[in-house]
Amino acid sequence: MGVKKSRVNLALTVIFSLISILYVSPIVIVCMNSFKRKVYISKQPFALPLGKMFVGVENYVNGFKKVPFIQSAGWTLFITVGSVFLIILCTSMCAWYITRVKNKFTEAIYYLCVFSMIVPFQMVMYTLSWISNVLKLNTPWGIMIIYLGFGAGLAVFMFCGFVKSIPLEIEEAAMIDGCTPVQTFFKIVLPVLKPTCITIAILQTMWIWNDYLLPYLTLDHSKYMTIPIAVQYLRGGYGSVDMGALMAMLVLAVIPIIVFYVICQKYIIEGVVAGAVKG
Amino acid sequence: MEKAIKRYFPIFALPTLVAFTIGFIIPFLMGVYLSFCSFTTVVNTKFVGLANYRAAFSDAGFLHALGFTVLFTIVTVLLINLLAFLVAMLLTRKIQGTNLFRTVFFMPNLIGGIVLGYIWQQILNGILSYFDRTLTYSATYGFWGLVILMCWQQIGYMMIIYIAGIQNIPGDVVEAAKIDGAGRWQLLKNVTIPMVMPSITICTFLTLTNSFKLFDQNLSLTAGAPSNNTEMLALNIYNTFYGRVGWEGVGQAKAVLFFLMVTVIALIQLTATRRKEVQQ
Repeated sequence: MGVKKSRVNLALTVIFSLISILYVSPIVIVCMNSFKRKVYISKQPFALPLGKMFVGVENYVNGFKKVPFIQSAGWTLFITVGSVFLIILCTSMCAWYITRVKNKFTEAIYYLCVFSMIVPFQMVMYTLSWISNVLKLNTPWGIMIIYLGFGAGLAVFMFCGFVKSIPLEIEEAAMIDGCTPVQTFFKIVLPVLKPTCITIAILQTMWIWNDYLLPYLTLDHSKYMTIPIAVQYLRGGYGSVDMGALMAMLVLAVIPIIVFYVICQKYIIEGVVAGAVKG
Repeated sequence: MEKAIKRYFPIFALPTLVAFTIGFIIPFLMGVYLSFCSFTTVVNTKFVGLANYRAAFSDAGFLHALGFTVLFTIVTVLLINLLAFLVAMLLTRKIQGTNLFRTVFFMPNLIGGIVLGYIWQQILNGILSYFDRTLTYSATYGFWGLVILMCWQQIGYMMIIYIAGIQNIPGDVVEAAKIDGAGRWQLLKNVTIPMVMPSITICTFLTLTNSFKLFDQNLSLTAGAPSNNTEMLALNIYNTFYGRVGWEGVGQAKAVLFFLMVTVIALIQLTATRRKEVQQ
């Protein structure tokens, strides 16, 4: 029995190793292609970039000429970090308020937040892009407010679930000792909420960093692009597409994600599990 | 205490509420109203009743997109959940390298839909080029291309949730079943699956809504080609808004229908799987 089990497990290890290689191969192949001369990318997509096929960093140089990739990456980082920070700060405060102050109004807010989670973006995209234009929210600063509004549903819902489990006595003790509600929140409640903050920050980062349609419709993209917009721009239109530049930019779009994943892997996986259980 | 907090409404709740009103409530209400109007800009509207809805239902492209989306959703929900559950079962057997496999399988999930679509376009066109075909040769290729892409992206995410569910099953329940003489199938059917039902609920919910609302991957992999045959609902709505002048009202009506469909499907699914959940 023991020998049989260990043999099965060994076989599984081998099978999963092969699947893992298959799993990462699309990214490796795109990476290989980014160093190939343009014509060979579609002619010999799976060949190593050797001999006359190899062009060094020419595709990357071409890509940088066609789209402002570095600026786009900068704006993506700025928008993501700013929006996530704003969402965590504002929605945790709001969730604490609507959980502690019980009346018809706060209950309505809670159910509106739950409701907003299932509304598809297509439902509001046309009117939202109009509003962002009218209110001049079509800048990387303004879009943070839109992300706060559109991301509030999930964040408030998850924070509320957690705030309910915090014993009221701690907060009461702090208030009796002379803390104002603001001090109570930042000194007592927020530290307790830290694991939930990390979970929400990860879920929102994954969404905002990769989001295409919302920034595409709301940002003034003659001035500001994000990475997904830049990649789509490279491909957009029906003319001939520079496959070399596209491959190079895809590689550059994937690298920061993999670096982030390797560094924060533990938090990301825990965050996803916690988010699923709460949701 | 409640009274003391209540006075701090402007500091605690107002910023989120203002943003929520701008980013969600107003666009949503305006969207509902505009679906009954004919308009080319938001400020220049004419009430036309249900005409937009009638136009939406008589639009062959919309109905085709609906069929395509439904079929795609059924296939991906089944495939992703079965495979993710299988992998989760195997990876909780304490085999060598489990952590590495988990890390690798989860990774595609972090890459955004646009980038993923172009990565897979390159791979699938590369493979199909050996048969002198491309991804846009027929809708069948586009359909299965999208299915492969979605599986690659989502299996890891669902696997992580299933693994957490399986690890939460108390060991003594499994032991007791084994002592009572339960075979492997009985154990799976009568212990494991009922115990991970909450994970199944959330995973089917996520895959169902993700597949039904798919946009980015659809846009980048095929953009609807050939001739809008691989167009899904979200892309069809987008193209109605921004590709056909004078059709904005119809686009908004389609969007309302889309929202209603997502809501109904989500509610049916949640009540159906929640009912099967057991208390631990």
